[in-house]
Amino acid sequence: MEKEKFYYDDKVVKMFAWATVVWGVTAFTIGLMVAYLYWFPHYMDGISWLSYGRLRPLHTNSAIFAFVGNGIFAGAYYSTQRLLKTRMASDLLSRLHFWGWQLVILLAAITLPLGITQSKEYAELEWPIDLLVAVVWVIFTVNLLWTIQKRRVRHIYVAIWFYISTAVTIAMLYIFNNLSLPVSMWKSYSIYAGVEDAVVQWWYGHNAVAFFLTTPILGLMYYFVPKAAQRPIYSYRLSIIHFWTLIFIYIWAGPHHLLYSPVPEWAQILGTIFSFTLIFPSWGGMINGLLTLRGAWDKVREDPILKMFVVAITSYGMSTFEGPMLSFKSLNAIAHFTDWIVAHVHVGTLGWNGFIVMGMLYWMIPRLYKTKIYSVKLINQHFWWGTIGLLLYVIPLYVAGWTQFLMWRQFNPDGSLKYPEFMDTVTEILPMHYLRAIGGTLYLTGALFMVYNLWKTVKGRKVEDTAAEAAPLEPVPAKRAKGEDFHNWLERRGMLFTVLAFIATAIGGAVEIIPTIFVDENIPKIEAVKPYTPLEIVGRDIYVREGCYVCHSQMIRPFRFEVERYGEYSKAGEYVYDHPFQWGSKRTGPDLFREGGKRPNLWHFSHIYEPESVMDGSIMPNYQWIVKNDYDASDIQTKMKALRKLGAPYTDEEIADAPRKLAEQAKAIAADLEANGVKKTPAYLEAYKGQEVDLSKKEVVALIAYLQRLGTDTTKKKETAQK
Amino acid sequence: MVALYLTIFVSLLLAVLFLIFFIHTVKSGQYDDAYSPSVRMLFEDDEPAETETASPDEKNQT
Repeated sequence: MEKEKFYYDDKVVKMFAWATVVWGVTAFTIGLMVAYLYWFPHYMDGISWLSYGRLRPLHTNSAIFAFVGNGIFAGAYYSTQRLLKTRMASDLLSRLHFWGWQLVILLAAITLPLGITQSKEYAELEWPIDLLVAVVWVIFTVNLLWTIQKRRVRHIYVAIWFYISTAVTIAMLYIFNNLSLPVSMWKSYSIYAGVEDAVVQWWYGHNAVAFFLTTPILGLMYYFVPKAAQRPIYSYRLSIIHFWTLIFIYIWAGPHHLLYSPVPEWAQILGTIFSFTLIFPSWGGMINGLLTLRGAWDKVREDPILKMFVVAITSYGMSTFEGPMLSFKSLNAIAHFTDWIVAHVHVGTLGWNGFIVMGMLYWMIPRLYKTKIYSVKLINQHFWWGTIGLLLYVIPLYVAGWTQFLMWRQFNPDGSLKYPEFMDTVTEILPMHYLRAIGGTLYLTGALFMVYNLWKTVKGRKVEDTAAEAAPLEPVPAKRAKGEDFHNWLERRGMLFTVLAFIATAIGGAVEIIPTIFVDENIPKIEAVKPYTPLEIVGRDIYVREGCYVCHSQMIRPFRFEVERYGEYSKAGEYVYDHPFQWGSKRTGPDLFREGGKRPNLWHFSHIYEPESVMDGSIMPNYQWIVKNDYDASDIQTKMKALRKLGAPYTDEEIADAPRKLAEQAKAIAADLEANGVKKTPAYLEAYKGQEVDLSKKEVVALIAYLQRLGTDTTKKKETAQK
Repeated sequence: MVALYLTIFVSLLLAVLFLIFFIHTVKSGQYDDAYSPSVRMLFEDDEPAETETASPDEKNQT
């Protein structure tokens, strides 16, 4: 066949590459802002949109979807075109994909600091943005599959399989986890409640790690590591086995995030088994990547890009060893809720994702601009600052995690907790958090070297689309050939058709069927558990808005040391009205599941305004605006109707009566605060500057109402039974 | 625990989809050659001979 001449679309690669650089630095910076809050808890006090609970989701979202996401797309667009010897199928789709994705990031950067959040980790974006994400994702998927159809190389190189699995799987996961009932433009309630919500969230959450932070990065590894080393992958056969085993096993591992929770035991065991099995394909891939450099270690000594890749692949090996181990119940008991998990995920993101993506940028950007890198020495500097930063980040956090767990579980000989004050276990590990912030600073500094280096490299140059030549494949007729049976034809038409049909049916089915199933499911299993009162709904939404779940869990595990500290362990039936669930995954502060009734209202009032005024040494930032601002309860009836649709048994009368009931409960709490001398507290004097205010209208009262309700339904019943 | 069955069902659907892909790729001969693709990819971005710019690979040997 005659050779055809065509051009690779390098401009879209360039756009994604620079977006990666910009968002990478942004994500690291926001991470640092959050890390330094452990050291100086008050340096951003009073600015609601720069508070810990709102910035931390912005950090995770920007690191995952903005930095790694753009990096994946840059690498995927670069390598897919070259591997298949074709330009991307549609320039329009490529551009829509790029600008759509940047729009998603921009909207995230605006809404998350404003407290517009679904509060499900890595799925915080509210429903209108979710819809946009889904559209952009479909654009990417179609563009990718269409390009594959137009390819000039019969064989689909293994990297592309990794991209395909990412495109298809993330679409499914994202849609199912984000099904919610909107109550307004920027507020929705997850259709799942409590335990159900937790199951779906961590099925998503784990697979976001699998199919967003692992498979596409492996695709990049299988392309860029051989390219940079100028050596074929150690074993191509192994890479194929790696791919297929990995995607079949990964998706079942989600429940390991929910060990010792009220999720059924069999599901937890299933999660453990599959998580353990994951070590085999993961290490197969890791070894395959490292052995690619066999006989080329002399190159590694000289080429800092290869050094980055080696650290990245080693980090992949470490975190995929750690992951399976952490899925065993005994180790999970230690790590869950502590800094160990934070260390674990940063080996993955800073080490594995960060170094693959940044190494790729160093290799790819000079080639896009048809030039050489400005300074190899500076890459070397970046490598060392980044690597030492990574170590200084993770090692202290491992120590912090173990230390805190050991303190949580210490008993005195008389059976009482050795460290009953949670605060003591926080103070103990603060030096580790200081070191972590320094490690992060080094890592960011390295990245800034990269910005300068790349900037100098491309200064005054332009990207032109690269020309290439290849013969087209034998055309395969679209229509059914004579005598060809239907199945053969379907199989031949295959890929694009199947995927699109599958996605369309699944979305349609999901939207129609699932909500109805879950409403039945949300019927209470414990009689004493009642839906939230109107004021508590308002308070809970404030709790969600402020991202309290990023530091406070609401799930007490059935361990003696947890029951002793927090109260009776959590039961599935106690969560049936929680849309969304608020279990959290990290205890920077204590668990709040049974907070209700433990402390007086006045304590909470002062604590929210200035935690240190009632808790010596507290590192919780001041949430002063909650005390100063009035709550907005104008849509309480809409919210109650939405929650009723999702299973909460509010009667028509209750909904009609909601504003009165709400005011009544708020006044009672305000009266209690005043009776206990709230007007003499520094918090009150400072917040309202001596003015007379109607306390019952303040957000803090709604939040207190919610906090005082937490976990009390079942414990109250026991007390009355004892009487 | 409908959520569990839902997630398992969706996961199974995906697994079946990937299985179909897998069988399809094996049948269509994708894996008949499990060596040369790994070598071929190293030379894929060579530019056509008539263009003036040399291949970036040649220019940027580190």
